[in-house]
Amino acid sequence: MLLIKNGHLIDKLNGLDAVMDILVKDGKIAEIGAGLSADGAEVYDAAGKYVAPGLIDMHVHLRDPGYEYKEDIESGTRAAQKGGFTAVACMPNTNPVADNKAVIKYIIDRAREVGMCKVYPIAAITKGMKGEELTEMADLRSAGAVAVSDDGKPVRSGGVMQRAIKYASMFGLPVISHCEEMSLMDGGVMNEGFTATSLGLRGISPAVEEVMVSRDIIIAEHEGLPVHIAHISTRGSAELVRQGKRRGVKVTCETCPHYFTLTEEAVGDFDTNAKMNPPLRTQEDVDAIIEAIKDGTVDAIVTDHAPHHIDEKRLEFELALNGIIGLETSLPLGITKLVRPGHITLGDLIYKMSAGPAKILGLEAGEIKVGRAADLTIFDPDEKFAVDVSKFQSKSKNCPYDGMELYGKVYNTVLDGVVK
Amino acid sequence: MLGKDLLGIKQLTAEEISGILDLAGEMKKVVLSEDKKLDTLKGLSVVTLFYENSTRTRLSFELASKYMSSSSANITASGSSVQKGESLLDTGHTIDRMGTDVIIMRHQCSGAAAFLAKNVRASVINAGDGMNEHPTQALLDALTIKEHKGGFKGLKAAIIGDVLHSRVARSNLYLLQKMGAEVCLAGPVTLMPKDIERFGVKTYNNVDKAVEGADVIINLRIQLERQKSALFPTVREYSSVFGLNERRLALAAPDALVMHPGPVNRGVEMNSAVIDCGQSFIDEQVTNGVSVRMAVLDLLTRGKRNAVN
Repeated sequence: MLLIKNGHLIDKLNGLDAVMDILVKDGKIAEIGAGLSADGAEVYDAAGKYVAPGLIDMHVHLRDPGYEYKEDIESGTRAAQKGGFTAVACMPNTNPVADNKAVIKYIIDRAREVGMCKVYPIAAITKGMKGEELTEMADLRSAGAVAVSDDGKPVRSGGVMQRAIKYASMFGLPVISHCEEMSLMDGGVMNEGFTATSLGLRGISPAVEEVMVSRDIIIAEHEGLPVHIAHISTRGSAELVRQGKRRGVKVTCETCPHYFTLTEEAVGDFDTNAKMNPPLRTQEDVDAIIEAIKDGTVDAIVTDHAPHHIDEKRLEFELALNGIIGLETSLPLGITKLVRPGHITLGDLIYKMSAGPAKILGLEAGEIKVGRAADLTIFDPDEKFAVDVSKFQSKSKNCPYDGMELYGKVYNTVLDGVVK
Repeated sequence: MLGKDLLGIKQLTAEEISGILDLAGEMKKVVLSEDKKLDTLKGLSVVTLFYENSTRTRLSFELASKYMSSSSANITASGSSVQKGESLLDTGHTIDRMGTDVIIMRHQCSGAAAFLAKNVRASVINAGDGMNEHPTQALLDALTIKEHKGGFKGLKAAIIGDVLHSRVARSNLYLLQKMGAEVCLAGPVTLMPKDIERFGVKTYNNVDKAVEGADVIINLRIQLERQKSALFPTVREYSSVFGLNERRLALAAPDALVMHPGPVNRGVEMNSAVIDCGQSFIDEQVTNGVSVRMAVLDLLTRGKRNAVN
């Protein structure tokens, strides 16, 4: 038994926003209320802190199997725990690709062994993520995959995407689309515009993302089936999703902290820690992404945690790999850049980092509710700290926020009733 | 005196540019003399590190450093461990640790010179990085303009051609603006980088309009090797719509200078009649290239030489 005393519970879905206690029995939430007591229970004093549903990041790259020099399931889930996450969904672009039962089972088993947070594998849409033949989705579902995606690469063929959306729906597998129209890329390495022009770098037009976002919304609309758009970064993508939702399309989307906190100017003097795909955009896009978070267009905030070895970043900008790590800065960035300036409430932020993704993935999680697994995040939103990548749990250090002062310190997570 | 490195025109002030040009004028006398020997770089070593092919830039840097008595050596990507997959960082460290004082690098990636400069002790001179900058080209163009026009204030300069892929265009644009000239750009819209107007330049798809009344015409090479997709249909159409010919040249100021960074695709961006006409200073640009590079080598090593003396 675990009794969490005097924490400020925050769960928008269940209308919780007050100081209360939570009693945990057998790993599940047994009681929620003021002044609870239980003989023999371990007591966690959460006075002065917030207790939220365990955060869920539905878009991370754990790099295991195959790229353990960047990250592995142990270091990645430790990073997740440190950042306040009790669950992550990991993308299939491992080596071998998570397009078969064996890899899915390996990820689940390994994550259980480590026991730092729950790991929900996302399987590939197509074999080898080649964009051609569909994976065995029934088999993958039964092995424990919670969604399908070829993230890191677009599904180039509209026909393949249409079949994936239809086929995956039979098994209740959400399809997560990495939207990138490759024929518009022309070797781009950062957002197209003045900054790219003045650095002599090839630009990536917002059209690269938006053309594909519109394709997938249109396919979902005609099939009457859901599609989830990964990491939206532009004003236009936000507007396409917003309009789609208004028309009743079953489209959901996510964005990442870097798309509401940084602009293309972060590339500065060819800083490869500001290189990612989709690229950092303009202030106008940042403002539009914040607006989309406010008005509910964005359903989930994810990190797209993309660890890379220093040798893959300490390179000429054009040769450096895309992506940044995010698990250990996501909640503080949300608090500092969305909640403190008054764009959204803390309850809204927590929702988009727990119940929002849980709903998309069909997980029974993301709520503080009697009977649910006791997965919780305990943090102090008002505590200030300086980001120090050298102290990160992640094996990789590709983070553009090093040294930045942020609010929101994570104290502990509770996983199935066990304090981590 | 300059800082440690010469990475781009972007980082220079108008005073620094004038200083380089003044010294380059002096160096030119040495280049044109029968006694091409200065002791300036005696005891210093200069390495050229070229990841891309080059005739004039590499040779003129090499001669410039030899005329100034440095120990110099050359490496090209094709004949070095780069072929074995060695990173720029490791290659840079290796060259640095041999006691090299100046590394002159050309590289196909924008920002490569800045990256190298951050990681080596030696001074780095950018001899062209991707589509970013080619500062000594802009300086030699500027020396040519200064010699024939006396200065830059109020001049109208037209830069024509493949602006998108051109580091020469960017460096020239920055330099000419800093020195007070008015710059306009012309070329096919598919070869014009996004938002370039925000530098305060006019852009045209009609070359006639750009050339009209121009005092200086800088024509750019069509960089077929940098083009990742067909950005214009044919060379034939390019030369007829955007090429510089006698009719177009006649629209410019009567004493307009015609320049080109070389190598020229004869009959594409310019026809032979223009290349070989009296207003063309392409050959003189090459001479000025050596002078400017001598001046830059002198200025960049002054700190080091003063410390020794």
